[in-house]
Amino acid sequence: MKDGGYWRANLRLVAGCLAVWFLVSFGCGILFVDLLNEIPLGGFRLGFWFAQQGSIYVFLVLIFFYAWRMGRLDREHGVEELAEEQEED
Amino acid sequence: MDLTTLTYMVVGASFALYIGIAFWSKAQGTGDFYVAGKHVHPVANGMATAADWMSAASFISMAGLIAFLGYDGSVYLMGWTGGYVLLALLLAPYLRKFGKYTVPEFIGERYYSRTARVVAVICLIIISFTYVAGQMRGVGIVFSRFLGVDITTGLLVGMGIVFFYAVLGGMKGITYTQVAQYCVLIFAYTVPAVFVSLQVTGVAIPQIAFGSTVADGGAWLLTTLDGIVTDLGFPAYTDGTKSGIDVFFITLALMIGTAGLPHVVVRFFTVPRVRDARISAGYALLFIAILYTTAPGVGAIARLNLTTTMQTGPVGAADGNLVYEERPQWFRTWEETGLLSFTDHNADGRIQYYNDANPEFAARAAEYGWKGNELTVDRTSSSLRTRRSRGCRTGWSPSSRPAGSPRRSPRRRDCFS
Repeated sequence: MKDGGYWRANLRLVAGCLAVWFLVSFGCGILFVDLLNEIPLGGFRLGFWFAQQGSIYVFLVLIFFYAWRMGRLDREHGVEELAEEQEED
Repeated sequence: MDLTTLTYMVVGASFALYIGIAFWSKAQGTGDFYVAGKHVHPVANGMATAADWMSAASFISMAGLIAFLGYDGSVYLMGWTGGYVLLALLLAPYLRKFGKYTVPEFIGERYYSRTARVVAVICLIIISFTYVAGQMRGVGIVFSRFLGVDITTGLLVGMGIVFFYAVLGGMKGITYTQVAQYCVLIFAYTVPAVFVSLQVTGVAIPQIAFGSTVADGGAWLLTTLDGIVTDLGFPAYTDGTKSGIDVFFITLALMIGTAGLPHVVVRFFTVPRVRDARISAGYALLFIAILYTTAPGVGAIARLNLTTTMQTGPVGAADGNLVYEERPQWFRTWEETGLLSFTDHNADGRIQYYNDANPEFAARAAEYGWKGNELTVDRTSSSLRTRRSRGCRTGWSPSSRPAGSPRRSPRRRDCFS
């Protein structure tokens, strides 16, 4: 049932998400923080904003995006679990 | 009704609620006890995970830590939330797929080894004990404040209550108790945060407030804060003092640590399906993020509040500092508990709060007749302190208050949230 295509797609998705995860936190929040701090975002300096706010928002979007894409992937490859309950997310 | 009665009633009611839930959902068997029968809705699980994760450390200390660390405090914000991405993408769904009760059980089966399982158990116990040690200090502080007893007694009372409902309800009881706890916790945290944001900036949402302008001055809050702290010899709030490489690796360590915390990992065993485990991690982070994005706002405002309370006028002016005898009520209360202390080094009866570890500033401080920093703040409590001070002031703004004017209010004691 579970073929190589499913696993490859899974890995690709995880890798993509982790790249974004790294970029916003370690990239924007830490490595390039001084550079981004030159850019104002309202009363924030952009690098500081990424470190204390932005990265958290992106993390949140990432997890929901991953859950949604994995659900679609499960359906496409017919490995969706049979619902034990009628709950939908 | 006087404050003490009210406090006991509110605290008593919330514990009655938790214990009531424990009775209502008491465990019926092994499955119920360990994984709540795998019937927890992902949203409820997310909420329970959030309450589980944001125990004493986040609730009491985080805003305070960030207030003092400024940008450096970001390591906790990114570290403790970024771990959830790793958890959601790399761990939770796979552990749930395996369908066991605990992580050591998973490791034992996966590696066909009892030894591996024993090693996992030992690791788990060490991690849990270390973690609980820190949390228990927080429990002790909170209960000692509520009940007016010393920290050890407070700790024992708190442990007793938790032990009671944990043993009775198992994972099932804990899950629903924690859902209730989350609601109580987030309400208690965000309501004062909203009000203090409104007071200081006129913006109700703390996440936006600390990027806004202060209500009367028109200058950006963070710019104002950077200005005043650097005037007192501290590093700028939005700049770090730690080197980039330190920040990088501390953040990384905190992220990986978060993803591996046993009491968080085990929560993902309680949902019905693998896809529920994935989405549940998202809900967990959503509920955590509500507090974690509020905390830096509170931290920045608290730092501004503390600094401008002590530094009432221009830096270096003879009457620029708060007169000790005119200190606000929250200052006195926290002095009594030893979490805030004042030593009048230059015997002028005023509080000089500045960075005396900064050699460049020391020369100027000496010119002003300052003989060292006179205010010591216990950082673990600074969030509580802020919570106490901020709910209780009305009409406070950084510069509209005449220097040294008394700001006492007899009702200040009823502001503990």
